[in-house]
Amino acid sequence: MTTADPTVEDSEDEPTLKLEVETAELSAVPLRVEDLEKRFGGITAVDGASFEVERGTITGLIGPNGAGKSTTFNCITGFHRPDAGSVYFDDEDVTGRAPHELARAGLVRTFQIARELGEMTVMENMMLAPKNQSGETLWRSVLPGTRDGVRDQETVNLERTWRTLEFFELDHLWNEQAGNLSGGQRKLLEMARVLMTDPKVVLLDEPLAGVNPSLEARLLEHLHELADRGYTFLLVEHDMDVIMEHCEHVIVMHQGKVLAEGEPAAIRDNEEVIDAYLGEDV
Amino acid sequence: MSSGEPAEADPLDRLRDSDVTLIVGGLAALYLAYVLVGIVAGLSPRGIFATITQLTLLITIYAMLTLALNLHWGYTGLFNIGIVGFMAVGGYTFLMVTMPVAEPAARSAGGLGLPFVVGLVGAVVAAALLGFVVGLPSLRLRADYLAITTIAMSEIVRYFYQSNAFQEVELGGILLGTGGGSGLVGGYTTPFDTYVYDAGWFEGVVEFVDTTFQISGTLGPNIETLFDALVLVVVVVGFYWLLKRTGESPFGRVLKAIREDEDVAGALGKDTGRFKMKSFMLGCALMGLAGALYVFFQLGNTVNPTVFRPRLTFFVWVALILGGAGSNTGSVLGAALFVGVLFRGPLYLKNAIENLVEFPDAPDTVAGGLSGFLSLDPVPFIAFLFDNMGSLRIILLGVVLIVLMKRRPQGLLGHRTETAAAVPLVPVETATPSSVAGSDGAEATDGGRVDTGQVDNEGVDGGGEGS
Repeated sequence: MTTADPTVEDSEDEPTLKLEVETAELSAVPLRVEDLEKRFGGITAVDGASFEVERGTITGLIGPNGAGKSTTFNCITGFHRPDAGSVYFDDEDVTGRAPHELARAGLVRTFQIARELGEMTVMENMMLAPKNQSGETLWRSVLPGTRDGVRDQETVNLERTWRTLEFFELDHLWNEQAGNLSGGQRKLLEMARVLMTDPKVVLLDEPLAGVNPSLEARLLEHLHELADRGYTFLLVEHDMDVIMEHCEHVIVMHQGKVLAEGEPAAIRDNEEVIDAYLGEDV
Repeated sequence: MSSGEPAEADPLDRLRDSDVTLIVGGLAALYLAYVLVGIVAGLSPRGIFATITQLTLLITIYAMLTLALNLHWGYTGLFNIGIVGFMAVGGYTFLMVTMPVAEPAARSAGGLGLPFVVGLVGAVVAAALLGFVVGLPSLRLRADYLAITTIAMSEIVRYFYQSNAFQEVELGGILLGTGGGSGLVGGYTTPFDTYVYDAGWFEGVVEFVDTTFQISGTLGPNIETLFDALVLVVVVVGFYWLLKRTGESPFGRVLKAIREDEDVAGALGKDTGRFKMKSFMLGCALMGLAGALYVFFQLGNTVNPTVFRPRLTFFVWVALILGGAGSNTGSVLGAALFVGVLFRGPLYLKNAIENLVEFPDAPDTVAGGLSGFLSLDPVPFIAFLFDNMGSLRIILLGVVLIVLMKRRPQGLLGHRTETAAAVPLVPVETATPSSVAGSDGAEATDGGRVDTGQVDNEGVDGGGEGS
C-alpha cells in the first residue's frame, strides 16, 4: 500500500517522515539573510539583521520580546516585504516572494499562535498540505475520467497522513474539528502539517509551547533525526534548556539587530547576551 | 479497490442520513403541507396543482442560486452580495444572444438570432467574465471590501440596463440593445415551443390528463409549468453534482482552508489568489446561468431591469443562512424552505383563509385598522393585516432570521461536515506509530512485529473496520 510513494523505501517499517533531502547539489547554507530591515511607522522592528543557517542544523533564534524574531520570520517567509536587505534560499535571492512560492520551493513556517483551520477536521488539515496534488486543479477533480487519478493520489496521501498523525499522537483525534483541539495539540497539528509539505527549511515559531514533556522530548529527538537527514530548522524558543541542549548554533537578536551568534556554550557566557536577555542566573 | 471505499454501514442508517433522503423528505413534507392546507380551505385541485408547480419552479431557481452562493460563502468565504448583478448579466445576455436579428426598418432593438443553447453558454461566459473583472481588484482585499464591491457592481449593472444610453446600439450592422427601462421581450418561437408545448406528443399528454381527471377547461398551461419545473429540477441536480464534486476534492479542501485562514493556506504553498478567482468565477457563471433560466422559465422569456433589485440577492442569502452555509444539501433545503414557507407560504395561507372566511373590505391605513379596537372589534385590523400580507412576510422573514441567529446560527444543516476529500478520510489500518521515531531499535522492531500481526488480523476481518 505504501509502494506508491517513491520516497518510502522499506514499506513495512519505514516511517513516512523519513524523507531524505537530496543534498548533493544544494548549498551548505540554505538560508541566508543580509542586512534585513523592516519598519512599521516609526518603529524599526528589524534593523539590519544578517545571519546564515547551515544545512542539517537546528539553529536557535532567541531574544527578548520585541527583539524582532517574529518579524524576521515574516520577512523571510514572504508575509512581510522587507524595507531593505535580502533573503537567500539555496543561494537564490527570494526577497519579497509570495509565501506560497517559498513554501513550494521548500521554505515553510509555523505560526507562533497556532493557526489551525478550525472548522476542518484534523485529517482535512493534514491532507491539505502535500504538494503537487493533481486534484487541486478544478477540472481534474470534477471530470469523471480524471477523478480516478485524483482518488488514487488521495489514497496515497491519506496513508501518509495517518502515519504522521500516529507519530504526533494525534491519531485518536482524526475526525475532530481542529478548532476543538487543545493549545498543545494545535501546535502539534501545525508542525505535523508543515512536515507534510516536504520542506527543506522549516521555521518553527515557538513550536513547543504547551506541548507535554514526554512528547516534547520525542519531537526534539525527531527534529534531530530529520536534521541529520538534511532538513534544516530555524527555531524560535524561549525555553533556554531546549536551546542550549538541542541547537548546534544560536542567534541572539536584540532591538532588531543580531547581538551575538555562536555555539550555545559561547552564547551562555556572552556578557552582552546575559545583560540583554538571559539575566544573571543562567 | 483503489477508491478506498469504506465498508457499507447499515443500509437503513445510510438512507436515513443520506442527502437525497433529506432533500426529498423536506420537499415532500412541504408539498404535503400545501396540499393539506388547500384541501382544508377547499381550494380547487387545479389551483393547488398550479400553486405547487409554480412553487417548484421558483424553488429550483433559488436552489441554483443558493448552491452557487454556497460555493462562494460556504466554501471559500467570499462575501458576495451582488448575486443579482450576475443574474442580470446572465439573463440579458441570454436574451440578447437568442432574440432574432432586428429588421432593418424596425424601431426597437433585436438580438443576434443565435440558438437557445448558445444563449445559455453566452450567459455563463458573460457572468464569469464579469466575475473576473470584479474579482481582479477586490479578491485580494478582505471579505468586507468584496462585499462592498459586489453590491455596488450589482447596482451598476441594473442602472446600466435601465439607462437609455444602451437602449439601442448599432454593432456591425446589427441593431442590438438592452431595451432601457422597458426591457426586452423575447417573443420568438423557442425550441421548447417547437418540440414540447406545440408538439403533438405534449398535446396528447395534456388531453390524456384532462380526460382522465375530467377537468373543466384544460390543465395545459399548468402542465407546461410542470414540464418547465422538471427540466429545472434536472438542472439543479447538475448544479448539485458539480458542486458536490468540487467540494469533495483537493480543490474544495483548499477553498475551505482559504475560508478558515487564508494565510495558512498560503504558508502551505497554495496560491490562494488563483483559487479564490476560480471559485468566484465558477460561482458567478452558475449565477449567470440561473439568471438566464429565471428569465426564460419564470419571466416568460422577457426581462426588465426592475426584476434585478438587490432584495433578490438578500433572499438568496436568507435561503443559505436557513439551510446552513457550507452544506450543499442544506443549500437546496434552505431554498425550498425559504420559497415554500417564508416567501410563498404566507400568500398561499392568505388565499386559503380568504377562501374560508369572508373578510370585510380592508382599511387603507394602519390607523384605520387600529380604529376597530375602539369599539373592541378586531376584524378591521385582521383584514388590514391580511391585505398587507405581501409586506408582512418580509417582517416575518426578519423575525425568523433573528430567532435563527440566536438559536441556531449555523442554520439547519450547517453542522454537517461535508468532508473535503475525494476519498473517505478514515483511519488507515496499517501504520506503526512506534516505528517512526526509529532511534530506539528494540522498540521499533518489536512494534514492527506486533503490527505485522495486526495487519494480518485486519486483513481477515475484511472491510468491517471501515465504519
